[in-house]
Amino acid sequence: MAIKSATLWIGGAAGDGIASTGDILARTFSRTGLHLFAHNSYQSVIRGGHVLYQMHVGSEPVYSQGDKYDLLIALNQDTVDYHTKTANPLAGRGVIFNTDRVKLDPSLLPAGALAYGIPVGDLTAEFGRNPVMQNTVACGVVVFLLNLNWEIFENAIRSQFGKKKAEIGDLNVKMARKGWEYAKSKFQPIAGIELKGDGKARMLMTGNQAIALGSVAGGCAFYSAYPMTPASSIMHWLAPRAAKYGIVMKQCEDEIASINMAIGAGYAGVRAMTGTSGGGFSLMTEAMGLAGMTETPVVVAMVQRGGPSTGLPTKTEQADLFQVLGASQGEYPKAVIAPITVEDAYAGAILSLNIAEKYQMPVVLLSDLLLSEHMETVDPGAITNKVAIERGEILANVNGHGPYKRFKDTPSGVSPRAFPGVEGGQHIAASDEHDEDGILISDIFTNPSTRVKMVQKRFRKMDGALKELSAQSFVKEGPAQADLTLVGWGSTYKTLKSIRLALEKEGVKVNHLQFRVLWPFPAEGALKELQGAKKTLCVENNFSGQFAKLLRQETGYAFHAHIRKFDGEPFYFTPLLEKVKGVLKPGAPAVQHLVTAELDIPIKRVAVTA
Amino acid sequence: MVELATPQAAAKFRSEVKPTWCPGCGDFGVLNSLQTACATLNINPKDLAVVSGIGCSSNLSGFMKSYGMHTLHGRGVAVAQGIRLGNHGLTVVSAGGDGDGYGIGVGHFIHAMRRNINVTYIVMNNQIYGLTTGQASPTTAKDHKTKSTPGGNLENALNPLGLALMAGASFVARGFSGDSQGLSDIMTKAIAHRGFSLVDILSPCVTYNKLNTYAWFRERVYKLDEKGHDATNIEAALNACLDWEQRIGLGVLYQVPRPTYEEQDPSLSEFGPLVNHKLGLADEDWKAVIQEFV
Repeated sequence: MAIKSATLWIGGAAGDGIASTGDILARTFSRTGLHLFAHNSYQSVIRGGHVLYQMHVGSEPVYSQGDKYDLLIALNQDTVDYHTKTANPLAGRGVIFNTDRVKLDPSLLPAGALAYGIPVGDLTAEFGRNPVMQNTVACGVVVFLLNLNWEIFENAIRSQFGKKKAEIGDLNVKMARKGWEYAKSKFQPIAGIELKGDGKARMLMTGNQAIALGSVAGGCAFYSAYPMTPASSIMHWLAPRAAKYGIVMKQCEDEIASINMAIGAGYAGVRAMTGTSGGGFSLMTEAMGLAGMTETPVVVAMVQRGGPSTGLPTKTEQADLFQVLGASQGEYPKAVIAPITVEDAYAGAILSLNIAEKYQMPVVLLSDLLLSEHMETVDPGAITNKVAIERGEILANVNGHGPYKRFKDTPSGVSPRAFPGVEGGQHIAASDEHDEDGILISDIFTNPSTRVKMVQKRFRKMDGALKELSAQSFVKEGPAQADLTLVGWGSTYKTLKSIRLALEKEGVKVNHLQFRVLWPFPAEGALKELQGAKKTLCVENNFSGQFAKLLRQETGYAFHAHIRKFDGEPFYFTPLLEKVKGVLKPGAPAVQHLVTAELDIPIKRVAVTA
Repeated sequence: MVELATPQAAAKFRSEVKPTWCPGCGDFGVLNSLQTACATLNINPKDLAVVSGIGCSSNLSGFMKSYGMHTLHGRGVAVAQGIRLGNHGLTVVSAGGDGDGYGIGVGHFIHAMRRNINVTYIVMNNQIYGLTTGQASPTTAKDHKTKSTPGGNLENALNPLGLALMAGASFVARGFSGDSQGLSDIMTKAIAHRGFSLVDILSPCVTYNKLNTYAWFRERVYKLDEKGHDATNIEAALNACLDWEQRIGLGVLYQVPRPTYEEQDPSLSEFGPLVNHKLGLADEDWKAVIQEFV
């Protein structure tokens, strides 16, 4: 029986045009009504290095970037040298390469896999020289081998180049056709793969695009940021659309300015947001406390990458949870929301904006490189612009309330805001401890009773936030009672879902908890789920098990087993499945690490003469 | 010289909080002049936001009857720009000291000037860290003995006005808190200026700086406009900013018209103050953007 999914890799150097090649194929898949999950492994170089774009496409939903490749488009010799061995060892799988540029020793291919050499130069002689021609020709070969619809593919090429570059689009269609025709004359479509779309044209979206779109749909009108991978693409999406939507996208001199400007805009009454990665967030932490103390709403989209220090700038990790929870000196209310899918990144941005304004506090929208940069098909209608924009208590005028107290001690802890411009609402929002009027109590002689009252008032807001968020703090899937409970947070949701489904097929009773609200921590609900569980396994992308520690701190519950990965790459399905099965066997170690050693690439050194 | 508002008119900008500065502190004069300037320009206190950093002088925001924020050390200018971008119908004043603005916050200071958002930045420059009890600041004179430089300051003093001129500021001025009328006049012009304006104010610390005293300044200050200074001439401004040891010019060193950030960002110039914008995406915008993803 044919398999209804395929893994396709495109490998080459930065600058080889991998992204646009990937985009053309991704759009071909999504418009065919197929499902796609694509992840790019890349380096922090602009030209050269090694880039591996991994696409997992299926007739039914796919949940990760896939495993061994069914087809590899090798754009350079390195790609062949590094990855030939990793082909899925089944009939017809193999490597597509330009025989003019690249040599492949077929004996290195696993049994059944083929070398799909293409004489690109001969096929395209009539078009003149163009180094990225081989990409387009290879796409034509893929379309033939996977038996995809030519017309949809042709349109995908044309939309890639747009109306402005229609001639280049035409040329690429011709080149791709050469590849398709050559493949037809020499090869057979891969019989073991059957990709059948349902005809619904799906959207293709990355996590960061979903965050950016969600922020605009959720009423964010001010976004300030300093460039930092992997958060920058939020800025890149907003910048060209800002004038159309009437929002301000402000690039700043550093992350300190970014968050402080956003806080200023928030104080002025604008829904404001900033975005960064771990390093930039380190710089923002003091201002997190400012937002907490002055009760000014602000949302920080915090997209984790491998740390510490500059760490792994282009790799994924979930190791900044403690940094986020412990950000800034002192104690103040905040929320941490970690979306679990691309659709949830959209919803999470809106939720973060709402929570920030309703409870007048900073909210961290905690993503990571995998979630933010990977691309997925999103079903039409899965996200809409019919969203509730909840702004909390705002006074259009302060009349009839007595003298206005900006930090009024209320039962909910939330004090109605008056924005600058409102008559009679004048106040200073102070960084020092202050009383209900906003007057500093720090400088002359701190009034201990006022201090205590104000701290209690601010923290009372967390009761409301917990109450509001607890029902949506985690998702539970699978049977109520199981032999194994998988637990994860944020971006690992889909991979863990696929592990659950695979184990279920093998007859294992397994369920899955995925946490999306990490603060205020849903201790009661979590403990209820975990207390009776037979065996619990926490899976996270870090070394020290930060989520497991957080859960233990908040509930007293300790997981039985842990699988952790901190090599910069996301979890891959098959190796993770093997490890999870190992956990079910007696005597398995409590903490296990996973490494994707297949992606080890040697550092290129130059000979140095003395 | 503009015709200044009366003290009675200025009083509406006075909060009920009694200033906590040492008796004789230069910052009293700065506060008075700011209130006078706001009254002179007929600003409604509800449309004024005063943002400060941290330090003795940054306590100023709390003594104003207006909107505002008391922020973090060195970050007032960043917050002030955010407020102004959030609502460019407001008058936004950022206030702080030399340590706050020229030390820890110098990055924001420089970029604010090239950005030219309409914020008035008043720096109470006392050449010392006061609130932390007397360490050397970025503008402390070379060889000056302070708590942190007991053998004399080994570093040269920073020239904030020169820095401002080179960073592309569209309004650069220097005032002296011992010259109340002159300072109010400068501040009025600074607030009225369209774009970022810097007013560096010689504001003596009577407790920790025994070198740069009122008397020291009085021996040196003179009015630039009385000496025929041309504030549209960058070379004249650069020459004036080099004054220090022998004589110190007070007044507007430089002022040129330059488009503000708000005027150039279509989201602000075409849609009006951000705070009034309609939130979310309209159906037609939503349909169009979803098509981009298909």
